[in-house]
This record gives sequence, structure tokens and C-alpha cells, in this order.
Amino acid sequence: MGNVIGIGASPKRKEDQRFLTGRGNYVSDIKRPGMAAGVFVRSPHGHAKLRGIDKSAALAAPGVIAVLTGDDVADDGLGSLPCGWGITDAKGVPMKEPPFPMLAQDKVRFVGDMVAFVIAETSDQANAAAELLTVDYEVLPSVVGVLEAVRPGAPQLFDDVPNNICCDWELGDKAAVETAFRKAAHVAKLSLVNNRLIGNPMEPRAAIAEYEPGTDRFTLWTTSQFPHVVRFLMGALVLNIPQHKLRVVAPDVGGGFGVKQFHYGEEAVITWAAKRVMRPIKWVASRSEGYVSDRHGRDHVTEAELALDETGKFLAFRVKTLANMGGYLSTFGPNIPTNLYGPLLGGVYTTPAIYCNVKVVFTNTVPVDAYRGAGRPEATFVLERIVDVAASEMGLDRVEIRRRNMIPKEGYPYQTPVLVQYDSGDPVGCLDGALVAADVKNFGIRKSESARKGKFRGLGYSTYVEACGLAPSRFAGRLGARGGLYESATVRVHPTGQVTVMIGTHNHGQGHETTFAQIVSEKLGVSFENVDIVFGDTDRVQFGMGTYGSRSLVVGGAALSKATDKVVAKGKKIAAHLLEAAEVDIQFEAGKFSVAGTDRTKTFEEIAGAAYVPHNYPLEVLEPGLEEQAYYDPVNFTYPGGCHIAEVEVDPETGTVTLVNYTAVDDVGTVINPMIVEGQLHGGIVQGVGQALFENAVYDEGSGQLLSGSLMDYCMPRADHMPMMKVATHSTLCTHTPMGVKGCGEVGTIGSPAAVINAVVDALSHLGVTHVDMPATPNRIWRLLQNASLPVAAE
Amino acid sequence: MKPFAYHQPNQVPDAAKLLTSIEDSKLVAGGMTLIPTLKQRLASPVALVDLSKLPNLKGITDDGATISIGAMTPHAVVAASKLVQAKIPGLAALASMIGDPAVRSRGTIGGSVANNDPAADYPAGVLGLGATIVTSAREIAADKFFLGLFETALEPGEIITAIRFPVPLKAGYAKFKAPASRYALVGVFAAKFADGVRVAVTGAGSGVFRVPPMEAALSQHFDPSAVAAIKIDTDGLTSDIHAEADYRAHLVTVMAKRAVDAALS
Ligand SMILES: Cc1cc2nc3c(=O)[nH]c(=O)nc-3n(C[C@H](O)[C@H](O)[C@H](O)COP(=O)(O)OP(=O)(O)OC[C@H]3O[C@@H](n4cnc5c(N)ncnc54)[C@H](O)[C@@H]3O)c2cc1C
Repeated sequence: MGNVIGIGASPKRKEDQRFLTGRGNYVSDIKRPGMAAGVFVRSPHGHAKLRGIDKSAALAAPGVIAVLTGDDVADDGLGSLPCGWGITDAKGVPMKEPPFPMLAQDKVRFVGDMVAFVIAETSDQANAAAELLTVDYEVLPSVVGVLEAVRPGAPQLFDDVPNNICCDWELGDKAAVETAFRKAAHVAKLSLVNNRLIGNPMEPRAAIAEYEPGTDRFTLWTTSQFPHVVRFLMGALVLNIPQHKLRVVAPDVGGGFGVKQFHYGEEAVITWAAKRVMRPIKWVASRSEGYVSDRHGRDHVTEAELALDETGKFLAFRVKTLANMGGYLSTFGPNIPTNLYGPLLGGVYTTPAIYCNVKVVFTNTVPVDAYRGAGRPEATFVLERIVDVAASEMGLDRVEIRRRNMIPKEGYPYQTPVLVQYDSGDPVGCLDGALVAADVKNFGIRKSESARKGKFRGLGYSTYVEACGLAPSRFAGRLGARGGLYESATVRVHPTGQVTVMIGTHNHGQGHETTFAQIVSEKLGVSFENVDIVFGDTDRVQFGMGTYGSRSLVVGGAALSKATDKVVAKGKKIAAHLLEAAEVDIQFEAGKFSVAGTDRTKTFEEIAGAAYVPHNYPLEVLEPGLEEQAYYDPVNFTYPGGCHIAEVEVDPETGTVTLVNYTAVDDVGTVINPMIVEGQLHGGIVQGVGQALFENAVYDEGSGQLLSGSLMDYCMPRADHMPMMKVATHSTLCTHTPMGVKGCGEVGTIGSPAAVINAVVDALSHLGVTHVDMPATPNRIWRLLQNASLPVAAE
Repeated sequence: MKPFAYHQPNQVPDAAKLLTSIEDSKLVAGGMTLIPTLKQRLASPVALVDLSKLPNLKGITDDGATISIGAMTPHAVVAASKLVQAKIPGLAALASMIGDPAVRSRGTIGGSVANNDPAADYPAGVLGLGATIVTSAREIAADKFFLGLFETALEPGEIITAIRFPVPLKAGYAKFKAPASRYALVGVFAAKFADGVRVAVTGAGSGVFRVPPMEAALSQHFDPSAVAAIKIDTDGLTSDIHAEADYRAHLVTVMAKRAVDAALS
């Protein structure tokens, strides 16, 4: 037996060797023989009629190979970019689903909408030619905010989508909620905005496409979180390429956060173009291009009401949200503010009645879709904010009101009134752990110290739950999913006992090559070094739905676990034959097959060897070889949760908010690699802090220009914004996943915005401040203080 | 980036000649501002004239009552200079607050002053200290040099060779960083001389400007309390997605207090 590094260990990440030594293999590193360069020409207008495109000057420019437009797409009879979810309104009427052409036809609907693809020998030549393209626009007024978009007389994006409403969706028992509100001793109300975000993965999107006439096969290299889904959506629904004639490769990808889990028009255009010009073509987005074309996240305007009895028990919760979809429906677009939002409004509380109405709205902005957390941060923010509002209005302690309403540990499984059933959890345990870790009992001392320096200190709580491990296919199908959401893994044991795993999830920073290798090392007793994880290539991996929604370990890891079980089961059959014992008497432990109660054993390597050199082998009843595959479709979502506590200091002179302490105690189920889990929590929390304090995608109403279109104007959180974080796990085991895992990829982003804003409001509560919209920028805080008419200017 | 010719002259007059003889040519110093605009194809000069080989443009000299900083001196060198730290600590502090380490290692004082970005830091120090801009052709007083939004008194073909700073009795800089860019949302430089106080503000408007009421008050009493009640008119101040004009005006007062505080500590 070799160097087993199993579940619960924290080896250094295998993949970091190549990443940290500059040996990664990203799309933009790849060169194909005869490769040309492609550049997209994008709309500079938020909303305009396309009256015509004059290609002649661009075509005549040096090095230009082709210029393709929406007319060429139409001439070739290609499909529109598909939406992966079809939701319906309260009456069962399907959402409005206008076509999303891969190159604009007739109209452009956001700044960044693609109007042409210019292909030239070099990217400089393509860029120069792109500037020569004459596009005749008839500029129309843009509408960018959801409130404005649904107003009568607002600019209409599509003729057949009145008031720009894609779907008027609802969930929950409206009548029961109304009844409960009538009985309420207190009703807390809150209006809030969930700010629009831009994902900013470190690696911009990129693609290379190639067509081989000899085999009639296409290959697309793309920065994707789900290559098999791209193959299906693009091949089957857009370009009419049979699945076996299309290979999609997503090699090393430098971060995704959701931005790369959609099928983008660029992928379809470049693949189609590669055959038209019979040349491999490469496109690499610039950062600025990413700002106006990467799908954005969040962007809600919400009114919430919470009904309580006189003791502070929640009776009912009612939420009305306008959710921005942008100019078209992206792959998961309409699913995010509906199915991933409404069902989470129960939180960790026993609220018996919940009603949620979401109007999904088109605007002249980049399409909005999933961004780390996707729907659950929005739900958590609404709920955890209004709980604080209610506590303050009723004069209850914020921790106490949460305690009174929490589902007790014994209360699981717990059926919420909004579809989902939580299998396990311990919110009280997480809360208690976090109160201690955050040293809440000495907060008063720290607050006085801050006051002595002229600063306001505040403490904020967020006790949350989320749903991840996307997803039980049948359940998702009922909600409108147009595909399955299982995962697959193949475990290939080589004749010498080393293992290659082919898995359908995609590693783009999460550490899968390490975590999955630990699972195999533990379960098969093989050396950690002797396990390789293969992903991201439809020619090498059987199938898969990719990585998003904290699903890789939960769903992919489960498939992997099942496949290793099958390897062990077959190994036992081989061992029984070799050891001349009955199969039921064979035990497998620590990499050895043995006959129970004897010292007769065969190593894992010996069994692997026998499987591939089947001289002494039960060929009549057993196939040679040792390779097993499993597909796993989850029976439920998983429900990680926890308690986050933020502590901030506000400088009343400038309005600056400084995050001074951050504590998170999360229930993520079984922890395979504590170091990686901690890293995921750190990164997730920082992104949530980014939303709470810094990040904001701002559009100009009327022109539709993105005003925060670069890192100069869009503030990403940075290392010096963060204190040292205290993160810990307080896990209960998931009852339905094979290893008890729940997932940890998004919890940080989901729990943190509410904790931070609750802390900011707490710091300012003595001035009568009851809510602060995100991001809590210095200007915004200063304005609140001005309105509170405080003499803040000088001592 | 579009193609361009590249020249690396050895003498200032040669550089000036190249600049005037080639239409659409541009000087490049540290390239921290220029190269990004080329990459984004926002500028497309036909030729770049690189200043890095010109003699005597780098380094800091002590002239007694003044300090001269060569135009090609990077921000990091100014920040770390024992001489500047000793004689004008507020200026060394200002240089240390510019951008990030990479930007400070490449970016130069001449490039920053020539560019006159409305949110750049050096213009506040140059105007606040009443420095003299020494060029290939003449000497220009700071008060005559900055003409608003990216505009300066430089003539075509004129090259900054050094900036000469009078040594003040005390000087301090306070910067409120714009959240995303970390340029100055508002930066205030305050300098006390034997004959009075100068206060210069960057970031708040379309270009660096002085604040006479604050200068008068501080000349009477060089203490933060002297400016605490002085409010700035919002006329001409910038309003954008990061800060509204009245907030910027408020920050001018707060940063002025902090600049004086820094000068005194
Ligand atoms: C990420 C980043 C962050 C930054 N943050 C800050 C900040 O916080 N505060 C701040 O003040 N600045 C900031 N800067 C700008 C930085 O200070 C630049 O170095 C400076 O603005 C330009 O100096 P340079 O030497 O790089 O000039 P270049 O980019 O080479 O040139 C700039 C312009 O000046 C002209 N020029 C250069 N030298 C001379 C000369 N000697 N005579 C005449 N004309 C000349 C050039 O022709 C060009 O038009 C930042 C830049 C970056 C990239």
C-alpha cells in the first residue's frame, strides 16, 4: 500500500504545481496550425435598429479573410441561442422567450450585443478592419432599470413582450400568507435593491474553433465550466452539428464564478465561421469586452414584508421582486431569480407561510444569469435583513429573534412551505459556535474603543441556508429545467494499479484534482500520486453537466464514489477467484482484498494486473478489465448553511466602512479537504463582501451605456479590504449523498452580504438608520449621515 | 495596439526635434498611462520617442533651498529617497500613495505632471509646493502650468526635464482613494512656507486647484482646526458614479484637515 491521502487530509493541491510554475494550458495558450484571428464588432448603443452593415471597407482591409453578420447567420438557417429553463407564470403560461440570435438581426439590445465577426490573419488586422465596418444604427431610447422597464410607455425591447415582462412568476400559498398577515401583531417592511454584479474571473473568455474536412469534425476549445452542455446546446440546437462530430474542450480555465457556465454566442459564431473559412480561428476577449459581454449577476428590486406574532415568531413572509434579465434570456437566466430564489425564502426558520412573486424583466443591459450563489445570496439578503428590521422595530435582540424561529436540530428533515425539504442541519449549533468564535460578548468593549477614536462600530449576523448540489433531475424538470442535472464518473484502473478518473464536472480553481484524488485514494487504498483526474474534454470524458451550483463534489463526487464502489465489487469477484474463496468472504480494506478470518490477501495492484492479464480469471462469468462508470442523479438538493458574523467600523467623517472582523461557522457536511474548504469559504466571503461594500455595475438610463465598464470604475474587493477571517465548520451530515457531503463553493458568497450590511446598519442604528443599500460606499454612507443631520464634519 | 515607429534619442534636443518633426509622435516615459491607451487603441501615434536614454533626467538633487527631481525619476525612488523624506516628507508620502508597486517602479514624475490627470497625485504636490517645471525650453511656475483636464502649458515638442521644489517649513498630503482606481477621489496637499501657506486640491474637479480661504486661515494658524469649518463650493466639482459633488466638497475639508495634521506630525 502506498501513500494514501484520504478524506479529511489537507494535501497541497496537485494542480497548483502547474499553475504556479506557469505551465497551465489555457485556451489562449493554444496554437493551431494556420490559425487566424477573430474579433467581434459589438453594439456601442444600448438599443437600436440595425438598418444595415456595409462590409466593403472592412473586407478590403489588409489580411481580412471574412466578415460575418446576422444576415449570414440567417442565410445559413442557424438556430437561436437556447435557454435551458422554461418557467411558467401562475396560470401556467410559459415565459416569453424571444429569439437570441448569435449575431444581432434587425435590432441590438445592449451595449456589447454582437453585430459582426471579423476574421483576419492577425488580431491587429482584425481589429483594424473591425474599425472600418460601417454599421447603420437607428438609435432608440434604452431602458436599463427594472422599475423603469415595467412602467407604461417604457421602451419595448421586443414587439411581443408587453411591458418587457418575460414572466410573472409566483410561488407559495398567497391566501395563507394573507390570512397570517391579518393576524399579525407586527409587520416589518423593507424595500431593497440587490446590486448588479460583474463576475471578473481572472482569465477573460476565449475560444478557438477548428474544422477538419477529412473527418467532418469540429473542435471548439472554450473557457467553459461545462463543455458537454456546450456541445449539446450548440451542436444540437444552434449549429445542427451531430454530437459525434463535435468535440468541445475546456482546458485549464482561470476562474468562472458562473460567468463561464453559459453557452455564449461567441462559441457558436466561431465554430460556424471555422468551417466557412476552413481555418482554425482564435478569439480572446479583452477585459473591457468581458465587461459588456460576460453575463452579469443579481440586479433585483424587492419589497418584503414579514408578519410576526407578539413574541417575535414569524407567521408569514411575502416578497415581491423585479428581476433584471438583461436584453435576452441567457442559458440559466430565468431560473436564477425564481427557482433558486423563492424556495430559499424560508431560511433556517419555521415560517409557516411564504409567498413570493417575481417579475422577470427584459432591459437594455447585458443578459443576467448565475453568478456565484445565484439566487440564494439574493434570498438570504432579503430574509436576513428583514429579520434585523423586525427585531429592531419590536425591540428584540437580533440573536434572540433568530433563535426563537430557528428549526431545531431535531426538527430535520424539515419541509418548508416553498417546495424544498431540508434533510439535515443545526442552525442553533452554528449560531452558538459563531457567537463564541466572534467574541460577541466583548463587542461592547470594542465598540467603546472605536467610539473613543470617533468611529462607529457595528456587528451583523446572517444565519442562512442554501440549496445546492444541482440538482435532482425530476424535481428540476418540474420546475422547468430542459435538461438533466446528474453527473457521471469513470474510474479506469490501469493494469499496474494506477487510476485515471474521467469526470463530467470541470475544475477551474476549485481543487477537484486534489479532492477527487483523495476520495479515490481513500476508497481504493491507492497512492494519492497514482490518481489523475481528467475533465473538460468531450472526447475523453463520457458525459457531464459541468461545474456550478456547488455541485461538483455533491453530485460528481457521488458518481465517483459509486464508480469506485463498482471497482471494489468487481475486484472482490476477481479476488474470490484467485484466492479460491466465496465472494461473500472477501473483504476489501486499505488496498487489500483478503479472505475474512485468514491471512490470504491480494493487493489492489495484483487484482488490477489479473484483470488485464486474465490467464487465471473467471472469464466465463466476468469480463476482463477494471474500469467502471457511474451516473448519479441526486435525490434532493443539499442544504449547507451556517452563521456569519461581521464586525465593521464606520468613519463618520468620510463614510468609509472598514470590515474589522469576520467569523463564519458553516455546515458543509463531510469535509474532504479542510484546506480547500477553508479556501472556498475565504474566496466566497470576499466576493460577498465585494457585493456588500464595493461592487456595482451601473448603467446610464436612456443611453444604456455601462458606466462601470472597467476595473478603474468597478471596484473589486482586494486583499487589504479584508481582516483575517475566522472560518470553521460545524457539520451535520447530509443524509442522502454517499459521503454526507453538502458542498461549500458558494456558502461564503451567500452568507456574507447580509452579515456585512447588518453590521453597517447596526453601527449607524443610533442615528435612526434602518437600511443601507449595497454597495455601502463612502458616498452612500455619508449621504445617510447627512440625512440623519448629524454634525459629522468636524470636532 | 497599432504599429508605430520607435526612437530612443540620446540628447534632449534630439528628442525635441523628433517630436516636432514627426507629426503625431509622442513621448514615452514610464508608459504607465500611455501604453494602456495604445493597447485600447484610444491613441495611435505614428512614432514613440522614448526618454529613457536621455542623460540627467533621472535622480534627485539637493540645491539647498530647493530639491530638483529629474523628470524620469520613478515614483518609488521619490518615495524611498532619504533626501525627500528629510526635506519634504509630505512629497515622499505622496509618491508612496500612487498606484501599486509596479506602477510606482515604472511611472515617472515627468509623465505624471505632463499628463495632468485630474485625479493624479503629483499635480497637488507640485501646485501645493509652488514648484517650478523645468523644460527643454524654459521654466514654468506651477501656478501657470496646470490648465485643467489633461491640459498643461507645455508647447508641442517641449519636454519636462525636472521639477524643482522649494523646501517648505512643513508639508503634508492626505488622499482619499477612489474605491476602484485608487487614484485620488480627493487629495489635498498643504505646505507652510515662511511667507504663507499653499493648499492644492486634486481629484475633486477637472484639474488641480488652490483654495485661497484655506490658505488664508492656515497662514494665520497652521492647525487642522483652522480649516475644519471652511466649506468648498460645489461649483465646478465633479459628480460621477463614485462620488457626488457635495460629497467631494465635504472631503476637501476633511482631507485638508488631515493634510495639515500629517504636516504637523
Ligand atoms: C494601475 C495604475 C494605477 C495608477 N494609480 C495612480 C495614482 O494613484 N495616482 C497617480 O497620480 N497616478 C496613478 N497612475 C498613473 C501613474 O502615476 C503614471 O505613471 C503617470 O500618470 C504617467 O507617468 P509615466 O512615466 O508612466 O508616463 P507615460 O505613460 O510614459 O506618459 C504619459 C504622458 O506624458 C507624456 N510625457 C511623459 N514624460 C514626459 C516629459 N518628460 N515631458 C513631457 N511629456 C511627457 C507622454 O507623452 C504621455 O502623453 C496609475 C497608473 C496605473 C497604470
